[in-house]
Amino acid sequence: MPAAQPAPLTLVPPAADAAPRTIVDVRNLTLTYQAADHPVYALSDVSLSISKGDFISLIGPSGCGKTTLMRVVADLEQPTSGEVTVNGMTPEQARLKRAYGYVFQAPALYPWRTVERNVMLPLEIMGLPRADRQQRAREQLDLVGLSGFERKFPWQLSGGMQQRVSIARALAFNPDLLLMDEPFGALDEITRDHLNLQLTRLWLGTRKTCIFVTHSIAEAVFLSTRIVVMSPRPGRILDVIDCDRDLPRERTLDIRESPEFQRIAHRVREGLMEGHSYDD
Amino acid sequence: MTIKGSLPVAVMALAVLVLWYAGAVWLNAPMATDALNRAGHDWTTADLIRATLAMKRPILPTPDQVALDLYTSLTGYPVTSIRNLLYHTGVTAGAALAGFGMGVVLGVALAAGIVQARTLESSLLPWVIASQTVPILAIAPMIVVILGNLGFTGLLPKAIIAMYLCFFPITIGMVKGLRSADPLTLDLMRTYSAGTAQTFRLLRLPASLPYLFTSLKIAVAASVVGAIVAELPTGGQAGLGARLLSGSYYGQTVQIWSALVMAAVLSVTLVAVVGLAERALVPGGRGGAR
Repeated sequence: MPAAQPAPLTLVPPAADAAPRTIVDVRNLTLTYQAADHPVYALSDVSLSISKGDFISLIGPSGCGKTTLMRVVADLEQPTSGEVTVNGMTPEQARLKRAYGYVFQAPALYPWRTVERNVMLPLEIMGLPRADRQQRAREQLDLVGLSGFERKFPWQLSGGMQQRVSIARALAFNPDLLLMDEPFGALDEITRDHLNLQLTRLWLGTRKTCIFVTHSIAEAVFLSTRIVVMSPRPGRILDVIDCDRDLPRERTLDIRESPEFQRIAHRVREGLMEGHSYDD
Repeated sequence: MTIKGSLPVAVMALAVLVLWYAGAVWLNAPMATDALNRAGHDWTTADLIRATLAMKRPILPTPDQVALDLYTSLTGYPVTSIRNLLYHTGVTAGAALAGFGMGVVLGVALAAGIVQARTLESSLLPWVIASQTVPILAIAPMIVVILGNLGFTGLLPKAIIAMYLCFFPITIGMVKGLRSADPLTLDLMRTYSAGTAQTFRLLRLPASLPYLFTSLKIAVAASVVGAIVAELPTGGQAGLGARLLSGSYYGQTVQIWSALVMAAVLSVTLVAVVGLAERALVPGGRGGAR
Protein backbone atom coordinates (compact mmCIF):
# COMPACT_ATOMS: atom_id res chain seq x y z
CA MET A 1 0.00 0.00 0.00
CA PRO A 2 1.44 3.42 -0.83
CA ALA A 3 2.30 5.43 2.26
CA ALA A 4 -0.22 8.21 2.77
CA GLN A 5 1.57 11.51 2.66
CA PRO A 6 0.25 13.63 5.53
CA ALA A 7 -0.61 17.24 4.86
CA PRO A 8 2.07 19.69 5.93
CA LEU A 9 1.61 20.83 9.48
CA THR A 10 -0.04 24.22 9.65
CA LEU A 11 -2.12 25.89 12.29
CA VAL A 12 -5.71 25.62 11.18
CA PRO A 13 -7.71 28.83 11.63
CA PRO A 14 -10.94 28.50 13.66
CA ALA A 15 -13.66 26.90 11.54
CA ALA A 16 -15.91 29.59 10.13
CA ASP A 17 -18.50 27.36 8.50
CA ALA A 18 -21.75 26.61 10.27
CA ALA A 19 -22.37 22.90 9.74
CA PRO A 20 -19.85 20.86 11.73
CA ARG A 21 -18.63 17.75 9.96
CA THR A 22 -19.08 14.45 11.78
CA ILE A 23 -15.74 12.75 12.34
CA VAL A 24 -16.72 9.81 14.49
CA ASP A 25 -20.16 8.29 14.45
CA VAL A 26 -21.06 5.44 16.78
CA ARG A 27 -24.47 3.77 16.43
CA ASN A 28 -25.95 1.16 18.80
CA LEU A 29 -22.55 -0.23 19.60
CA THR A 30 -22.49 -3.39 21.72
CA LEU A 31 -19.41 -5.34 22.68
CA THR A 32 -19.57 -8.56 24.64
CA TYR A 33 -16.78 -10.93 25.40
CA GLN A 34 -16.86 -14.30 26.99
CA ALA A 35 -15.21 -14.50 30.41
CA ALA A 36 -14.54 -17.86 32.11
CA ASP A 37 -18.12 -18.49 33.23
CA HIS A 38 -20.31 -15.61 32.02
CA PRO A 39 -20.46 -13.06 29.23
CA VAL A 40 -19.16 -9.57 30.04
CA TYR A 41 -21.08 -6.67 28.56
CA ALA A 42 -18.29 -4.17 28.00
CA LEU A 43 -20.49 -1.84 25.94
CA SER A 44 -24.23 -1.87 25.60
CA ASP A 45 -26.10 0.07 22.93
CA VAL A 46 -23.77 3.06 22.86
CA SER A 47 -24.48 5.85 20.37
CA LEU A 48 -22.34 8.94 20.03
CA SER A 49 -21.55 11.45 17.34
CA ILE A 50 -18.41 13.55 17.40
CA SER A 51 -17.97 16.61 15.19
CA LYS A 52 -14.81 18.07 13.76
CA GLY A 53 -12.92 20.13 16.30
CA ASP A 54 -14.72 18.60 19.28
CA PHE A 55 -12.89 17.75 22.46
CA ILE A 56 -14.85 14.86 23.94
CA SER A 57 -14.06 13.39 27.34
CA LEU A 58 -15.24 9.92 28.26
CA ILE A 59 -15.52 9.71 32.03
CA GLY A 60 -16.65 6.92 34.29
CA PRO A 61 -15.43 4.40 36.85
CA SER A 62 -13.11 1.54 35.93
CA GLY A 63 -14.78 -1.10 33.79
CA CYS A 64 -17.38 1.22 32.27
CA GLY A 65 -16.03 0.55 28.78
CA LYS A 66 -14.61 3.99 28.05
CA THR A 67 -11.25 2.60 26.97
CA THR A 68 -13.00 -0.18 25.05
CA LEU A 69 -15.11 2.38 23.20
CA MET A 70 -12.02 4.25 22.14
CA ARG A 71 -10.26 1.04 21.14
CA VAL A 72 -13.22 0.17 18.93
CA VAL A 73 -12.93 3.57 17.23
CA ALA A 74 -9.21 2.83 16.75
CA ASP A 75 -9.89 -0.67 15.33
CA LEU A 76 -7.95 -2.27 18.18
CA GLU A 77 -11.10 -4.05 19.33
CA GLN A 78 -13.97 -5.55 17.30
CA PRO A 79 -17.57 -4.74 18.28
CA THR A 80 -20.16 -7.49 18.65
CA SER A 81 -22.82 -5.39 16.94
CA GLY A 82 -23.52 -1.83 15.94
CA GLU A 83 -21.89 0.53 13.52
CA VAL A 84 -18.88 2.80 13.79
CA THR A 85 -17.59 5.18 11.17
CA VAL A 86 -14.47 7.29 11.33
CA ASN A 87 -14.22 9.99 8.68
CA GLY A 88 -17.01 8.14 6.91
CA MET A 89 -14.98 4.93 6.74
CA THR A 90 -14.94 1.76 8.80
CA PRO A 91 -12.47 1.88 11.69
CA GLU A 92 -10.21 -0.56 9.83
CA GLN A 93 -10.07 1.59 6.71
CA ALA A 94 -9.45 4.64 8.89
CA ARG A 95 -6.63 2.87 10.69
CA LEU A 96 -5.03 1.78 7.43
CA LYS A 97 -5.22 5.39 6.26
CA ARG A 98 -3.68 6.51 9.55
CA ALA A 99 -6.59 8.75 10.39
CA TYR A 100 -5.83 9.04 14.08
CA GLY A 101 -3.01 9.34 16.58
CA TYR A 102 -3.31 7.26 19.74
CA VAL A 103 -1.85 8.16 23.12
CA PHE A 104 -1.83 5.26 25.57
CA GLN A 105 -2.05 5.20 29.34
CA ALA A 106 1.67 4.52 29.50
CA PRO A 107 4.08 6.47 27.28
CA ALA A 108 5.03 3.21 25.46
CA LEU A 109 8.25 4.76 24.22
CA TYR A 110 10.93 2.48 22.79
CA PRO A 111 13.76 2.47 25.33
CA TRP A 112 16.41 1.83 22.66
CA ARG A 113 15.43 4.95 20.71
CA THR A 114 16.22 8.53 21.61
CA VAL A 115 13.34 10.94 22.21
CA GLU A 116 13.66 12.30 18.70
CA ARG A 117 13.78 8.87 17.07
CA ASN A 118 10.73 7.82 19.08
CA VAL A 119 8.79 10.72 17.59
CA MET A 120 10.15 9.83 14.15
CA LEU A 121 8.90 6.22 14.41
CA PRO A 122 5.48 6.69 12.72
CA LEU A 123 7.11 8.82 9.99
CA GLU A 124 9.67 6.09 9.40
CA ILE A 125 6.88 3.53 9.01
CA MET A 126 5.13 5.85 6.55
CA GLY A 127 8.32 6.09 4.53
CA LEU A 128 9.10 9.79 4.81
CA PRO A 129 12.61 10.89 3.85
CA ARG A 130 15.04 11.19 6.72
CA ALA A 131 15.47 14.98 6.69
CA ASP A 132 11.69 15.45 6.61
CA ARG A 133 11.26 13.06 9.54
CA GLN A 134 13.75 14.91 11.65
CA GLN A 135 12.28 18.31 10.90
CA ARG A 136 8.76 17.20 11.81
CA ALA A 137 9.95 15.48 14.97
CA ARG A 138 11.68 18.67 16.07
CA GLU A 139 8.55 20.73 15.36
CA GLN A 140 6.38 18.39 17.41
CA LEU A 141 8.84 18.28 20.31
CA ASP A 142 8.90 22.05 20.26
CA LEU A 143 5.09 22.07 20.36
CA VAL A 144 5.05 19.99 23.57
CA GLY A 145 7.87 22.05 25.06
CA LEU A 146 10.64 19.49 24.80
CA SER A 147 13.16 21.24 22.58
CA GLY A 148 16.65 20.35 23.73
CA PHE A 149 15.72 16.81 24.76
CA GLU A 150 15.98 15.27 21.28
CA ARG A 151 19.06 13.15 22.03
CA LYS A 152 17.98 11.95 25.47
CA PHE A 153 16.76 8.43 26.07
CA PRO A 154 13.27 7.93 27.55
CA TRP A 155 14.60 6.74 30.92
CA GLN A 156 16.41 10.05 31.31
CA LEU A 157 13.05 11.90 31.31
CA SER A 158 10.40 12.30 34.01
CA GLY A 159 7.02 10.58 33.63
CA GLY A 160 5.33 13.80 32.51
CA MET A 161 7.98 14.48 29.91
CA GLN A 162 7.72 10.92 28.62
CA GLN A 163 3.99 11.34 28.17
CA ARG A 164 4.59 14.60 26.32
CA VAL A 165 6.95 12.73 23.99
CA SER A 166 4.21 10.22 23.32
CA ILE A 167 1.79 13.07 22.49
CA ALA A 168 4.38 14.55 20.13
CA ARG A 169 4.71 11.10 18.54
CA ALA A 170 0.92 10.89 18.05
CA LEU A 171 0.92 14.34 16.45
CA ALA A 172 3.98 13.69 14.28
CA PHE A 173 2.08 12.56 11.18
CA ASN A 174 -0.55 15.26 11.68
CA PRO A 175 -3.71 13.15 12.06
CA ASP A 176 -7.01 15.02 12.35
CA LEU A 177 -8.17 12.84 15.18
CA LEU A 178 -6.36 12.36 18.46
CA LEU A 179 -7.35 9.49 20.77
CA MET A 180 -6.01 9.77 24.31
CA ASP A 181 -6.50 7.03 26.88
CA GLU A 182 -5.92 8.47 30.35
CA PRO A 183 -2.62 9.94 29.23
CA PHE A 184 -2.05 11.79 32.51
CA GLY A 185 -3.52 9.16 34.83
CA ALA A 186 -0.18 8.17 36.33
CA LEU A 187 1.09 11.70 36.91
CA ASP A 188 1.00 13.87 40.01
CA GLU A 189 -1.58 16.64 40.24
CA ILE A 190 0.75 19.57 39.62
CA THR A 191 2.23 17.99 36.49
CA ARG A 192 -1.26 17.04 35.38
CA ASP A 193 -2.52 20.65 35.70
CA HIS A 194 0.44 21.85 33.72
CA LEU A 195 -0.11 19.29 30.97
CA ASN A 196 -3.84 20.01 30.86
CA LEU A 197 -3.07 23.63 30.19
CA GLN A 198 -0.56 22.68 27.50
CA LEU A 199 -3.01 20.27 25.93
CA THR A 200 -5.85 22.79 25.75
CA ARG A 201 -3.50 25.29 24.07
CA LEU A 202 -2.32 22.61 21.68
CA TRP A 203 -5.91 21.76 20.84
CA LEU A 204 -6.82 25.42 20.27
CA GLY A 205 -3.78 25.82 18.05
CA THR A 206 -4.29 22.72 15.93
CA ARG A 207 -8.10 22.30 16.06
CA LYS A 208 -7.80 18.58 16.11
CA THR A 209 -10.74 16.44 17.09
CA CYS A 210 -9.90 14.80 20.41
CA ILE A 211 -11.35 11.91 22.33
CA PHE A 212 -10.01 11.84 25.85
CA VAL A 213 -10.56 9.09 28.43
CA THR A 214 -10.19 10.14 32.06
CA HIS A 215 -11.05 9.38 35.66
CA SER A 216 -10.79 12.97 36.75
CA ILE A 217 -13.86 15.21 36.78
CA ALA A 218 -11.83 18.43 36.92
CA GLU A 219 -9.70 17.33 33.99
CA ALA A 220 -12.77 16.42 31.93
CA VAL A 221 -14.55 19.71 32.58
CA PHE A 222 -11.44 21.78 32.03
CA LEU A 223 -10.53 20.23 28.69
CA SER A 224 -13.77 19.30 26.99
CA THR A 225 -16.36 20.76 24.71
CA ARG A 226 -18.56 17.80 25.65
CA ILE A 227 -18.36 15.27 28.46
CA VAL A 228 -19.73 11.76 28.07
CA VAL A 229 -20.55 10.18 31.44
CA MET A 230 -20.50 6.38 31.38
CA SER A 231 -21.42 3.65 33.86
CA PRO A 232 -20.25 0.05 34.15
CA ARG A 233 -21.87 -3.39 33.82
CA PRO A 234 -23.05 -2.99 31.18
CA GLY A 235 -20.98 -0.10 29.84
CA ARG A 236 -23.38 2.56 28.64
CA ILE A 237 -23.73 6.31 28.27
CA LEU A 238 -25.61 8.00 31.14
CA ASP A 239 -25.31 11.64 30.22
CA VAL A 240 -23.73 13.92 27.65
CA ILE A 241 -22.90 17.37 28.99
CA ASP A 242 -22.17 20.33 26.78
CA CYS A 243 -19.46 22.53 28.27
CA ASP A 244 -19.02 24.81 25.32
CA ARG A 245 -22.06 26.94 26.06
CA ASP A 246 -20.99 27.97 29.54
CA LEU A 247 -17.23 27.90 29.38
CA PRO A 248 -15.01 29.87 27.00
CA ARG A 249 -13.00 27.91 24.44
CA GLU A 250 -9.77 29.45 25.64
CA ARG A 251 -9.37 28.34 29.23
CA THR A 252 -6.94 29.05 32.03
CA LEU A 253 -6.59 27.08 35.23
CA ASP A 254 -8.51 29.68 37.28
CA ILE A 255 -11.78 29.04 35.44
CA ARG A 256 -11.96 26.00 37.69
CA GLU A 257 -13.06 28.38 40.45
CA SER A 258 -15.93 29.76 38.38
CA PRO A 259 -19.58 28.87 39.21
CA GLU A 260 -20.15 27.54 35.66
CA PHE A 261 -17.25 25.16 36.04
CA GLN A 262 -18.53 24.02 39.45
CA ARG A 263 -22.01 23.50 38.08
CA ILE A 264 -20.80 21.27 35.24
CA ALA A 265 -18.50 19.36 37.60
CA HIS A 266 -21.46 18.81 39.92
CA ARG A 267 -23.56 17.45 37.10
CA VAL A 268 -20.78 15.05 36.10
CA ARG A 269 -20.44 13.88 39.68
CA GLU A 270 -24.17 13.29 39.96
CA GLY A 271 -24.10 11.28 36.79
CA LEU A 272 -21.26 9.16 38.09
CA MET A 273 -23.03 8.57 41.42
CA GLU A 274 -26.16 7.49 39.62
CA GLY A 275 -24.09 4.94 37.77
CA HIS A 276 -22.59 3.69 40.99
CA SER A 277 -25.88 3.22 42.82
CA TYR A 278 -26.65 0.72 40.07
CA ASP A 279 -23.57 -1.17 41.08
CA ASP A 280 -24.10 -1.68 44.84
CA MET B 1 38.37 -1.62 39.99
CA THR B 2 38.78 -0.19 43.47
CA ILE B 3 40.95 -1.77 46.12
CA LYS B 4 37.83 -2.58 48.09
CA GLY B 5 36.30 -4.26 45.04
CA SER B 6 39.37 -6.31 44.22
CA LEU B 7 39.79 -7.71 47.72
CA PRO B 8 37.10 -10.40 47.42
CA VAL B 9 38.54 -11.35 44.04
CA ALA B 10 42.03 -11.75 45.52
CA VAL B 11 40.74 -13.75 48.50
CA MET B 12 38.84 -16.07 46.18
CA ALA B 13 41.87 -16.60 43.92
CA LEU B 14 44.05 -17.31 46.94
CA ALA B 15 41.52 -19.83 48.29
CA VAL B 16 41.48 -21.64 44.93
CA LEU B 17 45.30 -21.79 44.88
CA VAL B 18 45.49 -23.12 48.46
CA LEU B 19 42.88 -25.79 47.73
CA TRP B 20 44.63 -26.72 44.50
CA TYR B 21 47.99 -27.22 46.27
CA ALA B 22 46.32 -29.17 49.08
CA GLY B 23 44.59 -31.34 46.52
CA ALA B 24 47.87 -31.94 44.69
CA VAL B 25 49.61 -33.09 47.90
CA TRP B 26 46.71 -35.33 48.86
CA LEU B 27 46.19 -36.93 45.43
CA ASN B 28 49.86 -37.35 44.59
CA ALA B 29 50.88 -38.65 48.05
CA PRO B 30 50.33 -42.41 47.37
CA MET B 31 52.51 -42.41 44.25
CA ALA B 32 55.12 -40.21 45.87
CA THR B 33 55.24 -42.50 48.92
CA ASP B 34 55.81 -45.48 46.63
CA ALA B 35 58.64 -43.72 44.87
CA LEU B 36 60.30 -42.66 48.12
CA ASN B 37 60.01 -46.17 49.54
CA ARG B 38 61.54 -47.68 46.42
CA ALA B 39 64.44 -45.27 46.67
CA GLY B 40 65.32 -47.08 49.90
CA HIS B 41 66.48 -44.40 52.29
CA ASP B 42 64.59 -42.63 55.08
CA TRP B 43 62.27 -39.75 54.28
CA THR B 44 60.35 -37.12 56.24
CA THR B 45 56.90 -35.53 55.69
CA ALA B 46 58.65 -32.50 54.22
CA ASP B 47 60.35 -34.77 51.68
CA LEU B 48 57.00 -36.28 50.79
CA ILE B 49 55.33 -32.89 50.26
CA ARG B 50 58.24 -31.68 48.16
CA ALA B 51 57.98 -34.85 46.07
CA THR B 52 54.22 -34.52 45.55
CA LEU B 53 54.63 -31.00 44.22
CA ALA B 54 57.34 -31.86 41.71
CA MET B 55 56.23 -35.09 40.02
CA LYS B 56 56.79 -35.70 36.34
CA ARG B 57 53.40 -37.32 35.79
CA PRO B 58 51.27 -36.26 38.74
CA ILE B 59 47.65 -37.22 39.26
CA LEU B 60 47.03 -33.50 39.85
CA PRO B 61 49.76 -31.12 38.75
CA THR B 62 50.39 -28.00 40.82
CA PRO B 63 49.50 -24.50 39.57
CA ASP B 64 53.17 -23.61 39.17
CA GLN B 65 53.81 -26.72 37.04
CA VAL B 66 50.90 -25.78 34.78
CA ALA B 67 52.03 -22.15 34.64
CA LEU B 68 55.59 -23.19 33.74
CA ASP B 69 54.33 -25.56 31.02
CA LEU B 70 52.12 -22.80 29.61
CA TYR B 71 55.00 -20.35 29.71
CA THR B 72 57.47 -22.60 27.90
CA SER B 73 54.83 -23.60 25.34
CA LEU B 74 53.72 -20.06 24.62
CA THR B 75 57.15 -18.42 24.54
CA GLY B 76 59.48 -21.26 23.54
CA TYR B 77 58.11 -21.90 20.05
CA PRO B 78 56.79 -19.79 17.18
CA VAL B 79 53.00 -19.35 17.08
CA THR B 80 52.78 -21.54 13.97
CA SER B 81 54.53 -24.43 15.72
CA ILE B 82 52.54 -27.45 16.76
CA ARG B 83 54.29 -27.24 20.14
CA ASN B 84 52.84 -23.80 20.85
CA LEU B 85 49.50 -23.95 22.67
CA LEU B 86 48.42 -20.69 21.10
CA TYR B 87 48.43 -22.47 17.73
CA HIS B 88 46.07 -25.14 19.08
CA THR B 89 43.90 -22.50 20.76
CA GLY B 90 43.63 -20.70 17.43
CA VAL B 91 42.53 -23.88 15.66
CA THR B 92 39.84 -24.54 18.27
CA ALA B 93 38.76 -20.89 18.33
CA GLY B 94 38.35 -20.95 14.54
CA ALA B 95 36.07 -23.98 14.68
CA ALA B 96 34.18 -22.57 17.67
CA LEU B 97 33.61 -19.19 16.04
CA ALA B 98 32.56 -20.69 12.72
CA GLY B 99 30.09 -22.91 14.59
CA PHE B 100 28.95 -19.95 16.69
CA GLY B 101 28.27 -17.91 13.56
CA MET B 102 26.27 -20.74 12.02
CA GLY B 103 24.49 -21.27 15.35
CA VAL B 104 23.47 -17.61 15.52
CA VAL B 105 22.02 -17.74 12.01
CA LEU B 106 20.21 -21.03 12.64
CA GLY B 107 19.04 -20.04 16.13
CA VAL B 108 17.70 -16.63 15.13
CA ALA B 109 16.04 -18.05 11.99
CA LEU B 110 14.31 -20.79 14.00
CA ALA B 111 13.17 -18.27 16.63
CA ALA B 112 11.84 -15.87 13.99
CA GLY B 113 9.92 -18.73 12.37
CA ILE B 114 8.52 -19.93 15.67
CA VAL B 115 7.38 -16.44 16.66
CA GLN B 116 5.84 -15.60 13.29
CA ALA B 117 4.05 -18.89 12.67
CA ARG B 118 2.24 -20.57 15.54
CA THR B 119 2.25 -23.93 13.74
CA LEU B 120 6.04 -23.95 13.73
CA GLU B 121 6.07 -23.69 17.49
CA SER B 122 4.22 -26.99 17.93
CA SER B 123 5.91 -28.74 15.00
CA LEU B 124 9.48 -27.49 15.38
CA LEU B 125 10.11 -26.78 19.04
CA PRO B 126 9.84 -30.43 20.23
CA TRP B 127 12.59 -31.38 17.75
CA VAL B 128 14.74 -28.51 18.85
CA ILE B 129 14.42 -29.63 22.46
CA ALA B 130 14.89 -33.32 21.59
CA SER B 131 18.09 -32.47 19.74
CA GLN B 132 19.58 -31.25 22.99
CA THR B 133 18.74 -34.39 24.96
CA VAL B 134 21.08 -36.44 22.76
CA PRO B 135 24.53 -36.47 24.37
CA ILE B 136 26.93 -34.53 22.16
CA LEU B 137 29.63 -37.14 22.83
CA ALA B 138 27.44 -39.78 21.17
CA ILE B 139 26.51 -37.76 18.14
CA ALA B 140 29.84 -36.06 17.45
CA PRO B 141 31.68 -39.15 16.03
CA MET B 142 28.71 -39.91 13.76
CA ILE B 143 28.68 -36.40 12.34
CA VAL B 144 32.43 -36.57 11.76
CA VAL B 145 32.15 -39.96 10.00
CA ILE B 146 29.16 -38.97 7.85
CA LEU B 147 30.66 -35.64 6.80
CA GLY B 148 34.01 -37.35 6.18
CA ASN B 149 32.27 -39.73 3.78
CA LEU B 150 30.75 -36.76 1.98
CA GLY B 151 34.21 -35.29 1.61
CA PHE B 152 34.04 -32.69 4.34
CA THR B 153 36.98 -32.70 6.71
CA GLY B 154 38.86 -30.18 8.77
CA LEU B 155 37.00 -27.17 10.08
CA LEU B 156 33.46 -27.87 8.87
CA PRO B 157 32.60 -31.00 10.91
CA LYS B 158 33.92 -29.33 14.04
CA ALA B 159 31.99 -26.14 13.33
CA ILE B 160 28.79 -28.11 12.82
CA ILE B 161 29.16 -29.85 16.16
CA ALA B 162 29.83 -26.48 17.82
CA MET B 163 26.74 -25.12 16.07
CA TYR B 164 24.71 -28.09 17.29
CA LEU B 165 25.47 -27.12 20.88
CA CYS B 166 25.05 -23.37 20.58
CA PHE B 167 21.94 -22.76 18.46
CA PHE B 168 19.65 -24.03 21.22
CA PRO B 169 20.14 -21.27 23.83
CA ILE B 170 19.89 -18.72 21.02
CA THR B 171 16.57 -20.11 19.79
CA ILE B 172 15.07 -20.25 23.28
CA GLY B 173 16.34 -16.78 24.23
CA MET B 174 15.26 -15.21 20.95
CA VAL B 175 11.75 -16.70 21.08
CA LYS B 176 11.34 -15.11 24.48
CA GLY B 177 12.99 -11.89 23.32
CA LEU B 178 10.91 -11.54 20.17
CA ARG B 179 7.81 -11.92 22.29
CA SER B 180 9.00 -9.51 24.97
CA ALA B 181 7.59 -6.37 23.33
CA ASP B 182 5.04 -4.63 25.53
CA PRO B 183 1.42 -5.20 24.30
CA LEU B 184 0.96 -1.41 24.22
CA THR B 185 3.89 -0.99 21.84
CA LEU B 186 2.42 -3.72 19.62
CA ASP B 187 -0.93 -1.86 19.64
CA LEU B 188 1.00 1.26 18.75
CA MET B 189 2.46 -0.40 15.66
CA ARG B 190 -1.07 -1.45 14.74
CA THR B 191 -2.34 2.13 14.96
CA TYR B 192 0.39 3.08 12.48
CA SER B 193 -0.86 0.20 10.30
CA ALA B 194 2.68 -1.16 10.25
CA GLY B 195 3.18 -4.44 8.40
CA THR B 196 4.50 -7.67 9.94
CA ALA B 197 7.98 -7.04 8.57
CA GLN B 198 8.05 -3.47 9.89
CA THR B 199 6.83 -4.57 13.31
CA PHE B 200 9.53 -7.23 13.32
CA ARG B 201 12.33 -4.92 12.28
CA LEU B 202 11.36 -1.84 14.28
CA LEU B 203 9.92 -3.41 17.42
CA ARG B 204 10.34 -7.14 17.95
CA LEU B 205 13.97 -7.36 16.91
CA PRO B 206 15.32 -4.41 18.91
CA ALA B 207 13.22 -5.45 21.91
CA SER B 208 14.82 -8.91 21.76
CA LEU B 209 18.44 -7.73 21.82
CA PRO B 210 18.95 -7.93 25.61
CA TYR B 211 17.64 -11.52 25.51
CA LEU B 212 19.74 -12.31 22.46
CA PHE B 213 22.95 -11.19 24.12
CA THR B 214 22.27 -13.23 27.25
CA SER B 215 21.83 -16.26 24.99
CA LEU B 216 24.91 -15.38 22.95
CA LYS B 217 27.08 -15.48 26.07
CA ILE B 218 25.87 -19.00 26.87
CA ALA B 219 26.16 -20.03 23.22
CA VAL B 220 29.70 -18.78 22.68
CA ALA B 221 30.94 -20.73 25.71
CA ALA B 222 29.04 -23.80 24.48
CA SER B 223 30.62 -23.45 21.04
CA VAL B 224 34.09 -23.83 22.60
CA VAL B 225 32.95 -27.01 24.36
CA GLY B 226 31.48 -28.22 21.06
CA ALA B 227 34.67 -27.57 19.13
CA ILE B 228 36.81 -29.37 21.73
CA VAL B 229 34.49 -32.38 21.85
CA ALA B 230 34.54 -32.45 18.03
CA GLU B 231 38.35 -32.61 18.04
CA LEU B 232 38.39 -35.80 20.12
CA PRO B 233 37.03 -38.26 17.52
CA THR B 234 38.59 -36.58 14.49
CA GLY B 235 41.99 -37.78 15.63
CA GLY B 236 43.34 -34.48 14.49
CA GLN B 237 46.81 -33.29 15.33
CA ALA B 238 45.77 -29.74 16.07
CA GLY B 239 43.37 -28.09 18.49
CA LEU B 240 42.91 -28.07 22.23
CA GLY B 241 40.84 -31.26 22.02
CA ALA B 242 43.71 -33.01 20.24
CA ARG B 243 46.06 -31.83 23.00
CA LEU B 244 43.73 -33.20 25.66
CA LEU B 245 43.57 -36.54 23.82
CA SER B 246 47.32 -36.91 23.28
CA GLY B 247 47.94 -35.78 26.85
CA SER B 248 45.75 -38.58 28.16
CA TYR B 249 47.37 -41.17 25.80
CA TYR B 250 50.81 -40.45 27.17
CA GLY B 251 49.83 -39.65 30.75
CA GLN B 252 50.97 -36.05 30.30
CA THR B 253 48.70 -34.59 32.95
CA VAL B 254 50.51 -31.26 32.94
CA GLN B 255 49.81 -30.93 29.22
CA ILE B 256 46.12 -31.75 29.77
CA TRP B 257 45.83 -29.09 32.43
CA SER B 258 47.59 -26.51 30.29
CA ALA B 259 45.09 -27.19 27.50
CA LEU B 260 42.21 -26.93 29.98
CA VAL B 261 43.46 -23.58 31.22
CA MET B 262 43.74 -22.31 27.65
CA ALA B 263 40.21 -23.52 26.89
CA ALA B 264 38.93 -21.63 29.92
CA VAL B 265 40.85 -18.50 28.91
CA LEU B 266 39.42 -18.78 25.38
CA SER B 267 35.84 -19.10 26.66
CA VAL B 268 36.19 -16.21 29.10
CA THR B 269 37.67 -14.02 26.36
CA LEU B 270 34.86 -14.83 23.91
CA VAL B 271 32.17 -14.18 26.53
CA ALA B 272 33.83 -10.86 27.35
CA VAL B 273 33.87 -9.90 23.66
CA VAL B 274 30.13 -10.65 23.44
CA GLY B 275 29.64 -8.47 26.53
CA LEU B 276 31.49 -5.59 24.86
CA ALA B 277 29.40 -5.99 21.72
CA GLU B 278 26.28 -5.85 23.88
CA ARG B 279 27.38 -2.56 25.43
CA ALA B 280 28.01 -1.11 22.00
CA LEU B 281 24.82 -2.36 20.36
CA VAL B 282 22.14 -2.00 23.05
CA PRO B 283 21.74 1.75 23.57
CA GLY B 284 19.94 3.02 26.62
CA GLY B 285 20.55 -0.47 27.97
CA ARG B 286 19.30 0.14 31.44
CA GLY B 287 16.89 -2.73 31.52
CA GLY B 288 14.62 -0.67 29.28
CA ALA B 289 12.65 1.63 31.57
CA ARG B 290 9.38 2.29 29.84
